[in-house]
Amino acid sequence: MTLAQKGKVRVITGNAAAAYGAMLCRPDVATSYPITPMSEVAEQLSAFRANGLVDTEMVEVEGENSAMNVVLGASMAGGRVFTATSSWGLSFMYDAVEHASGYRAPIVMVIANRESPGILAVSGGQQDIISVRDTGWIQVIVEDGQEILDTVIMAFRLAEDYDIQLPVMVNYDGFYLSYMATAVEIPEQEDVDRFLSVLKQQPERQKLMPGKAIGCGTHGIELGFVELRYRQCLAMERATTKLDEIDRDFGEYFGRSYGGQIEEYRTDDAEIIIVASGGAAGTTRVVVDSKREEGIKVGLVKLRLFRPFPRQRLAEVLKGRKAIGVIDRSVGFGWNSGPTWMEIRALTPEIGIVPVLSYIDGLANLDITIPHIERVVDEVNDATQGKPYQEVTWIPLEE
Amino acid sequence: MTIKQKFIFNCEGAWSDGSEKLLCIDTGSWRVERPVLDKEKCNYCGLCALYCPPQCLKDMGDHFSPDLDFCKGCGICAHECPRKAITMVAEGEFNDTGSKG
Repeated sequence: MTLAQKGKVRVITGNAAAAYGAMLCRPDVATSYPITPMSEVAEQLSAFRANGLVDTEMVEVEGENSAMNVVLGASMAGGRVFTATSSWGLSFMYDAVEHASGYRAPIVMVIANRESPGILAVSGGQQDIISVRDTGWIQVIVEDGQEILDTVIMAFRLAEDYDIQLPVMVNYDGFYLSYMATAVEIPEQEDVDRFLSVLKQQPERQKLMPGKAIGCGTHGIELGFVELRYRQCLAMERATTKLDEIDRDFGEYFGRSYGGQIEEYRTDDAEIIIVASGGAAGTTRVVVDSKREEGIKVGLVKLRLFRPFPRQRLAEVLKGRKAIGVIDRSVGFGWNSGPTWMEIRALTPEIGIVPVLSYIDGLANLDITIPHIERVVDEVNDATQGKPYQEVTWIPLEE
Repeated sequence: MTIKQKFIFNCEGAWSDGSEKLLCIDTGSWRVERPVLDKEKCNYCGLCALYCPPQCLKDMGDHFSPDLDFCKGCGICAHECPRKAITMVAEGEFNDTGSKG
């Protein structure tokens, strides 16, 4: 029995789920410049506005850089704001993205992940997440339509929390989740209002007021800069456990929860662990079940929070395992490996020296299939028996 | 290493309104020449204060005086003064830094 009423279930795309999530949080200002595969988010939100379901001010902008600056200004003026983008759009707003976290503006942005500019791909991948890894934004990666909607709601609770005050990106696989229609339960407005009302009991954050003098750019000099950077990092650190709390609250309220920073699936007695994120985690879950039937003690860790990196929880769950496989839908330049693999490797002092295998798959819309992940599980399992293994594998390039 | 827990700012973000502390940076610390006024020549026209980039020339009632905490010694006041009442003098000529703090 949950506190919230049962919402209507509709078959909607991931983009629509993001728009529903945003609508239910009643943003004061929203804007978005269209880009494949995210445009539908803005279209849906505009339709909600046109149909009188929400009174959000939709600002028409001439590009993504303006989009981010519009929501940044509105956020500093105390508004709840929402925007959406993808890949090239994200690159085009890069300076404003960094501004937003420095100004500690609690912006919520959904990103339908797509390969970043460079090889001119109009296709899915998570490289855009990596391109903004160090911008000081909280980055959450989700797996399906329902999780998109629910996480957008949780993202507002997280971003606007007085202890956090940081912008949040909610990432979902472009072309896959963005366009795939699935059954999604849409919570009732009053329940979402009540879930977010916790924020109203908190102290008010600072805001721009007409007629009141404001200093912008008067703080980031010498020690002032160091201090504000340090406090940004402190807030990031707090966001790890805060997401766990909010996820638990959400679960108690709506009956759905996602594990907070990471989801652990059949990890209790697992000897090997596969780390994956986004839609690939769903496929991995299926493979874990079938490989368990073959007698391989494998578990899945779904990485939900990418920044801040869930160091502590990962260390706890990965410690004492015999081998780890990490699936990335992006590359880490300079390491010739998956970016998540690099970060898991950095946990070696906590988890011990065990084989950690990097797999790069699903670039440019290529499928991360069940046979691909079965192969990952088999190789990681072989590595536990002392067999030689390849550290980094580009699955699509293998014969 | 311990990190100080008392911060310069009360605000979390790199901005705040006028009721909060704004960071004052001592731009006078890198000055190499200081404007010196010959009051005899000055007719209190105010052009020096108008042109001063950091707006650090304070109205003293009958002349303008630089706030040496902020004066960078750029010399624009001396250059613009129609009566050549301001001379830029090397900092080495003075025993003090001109700073109040």
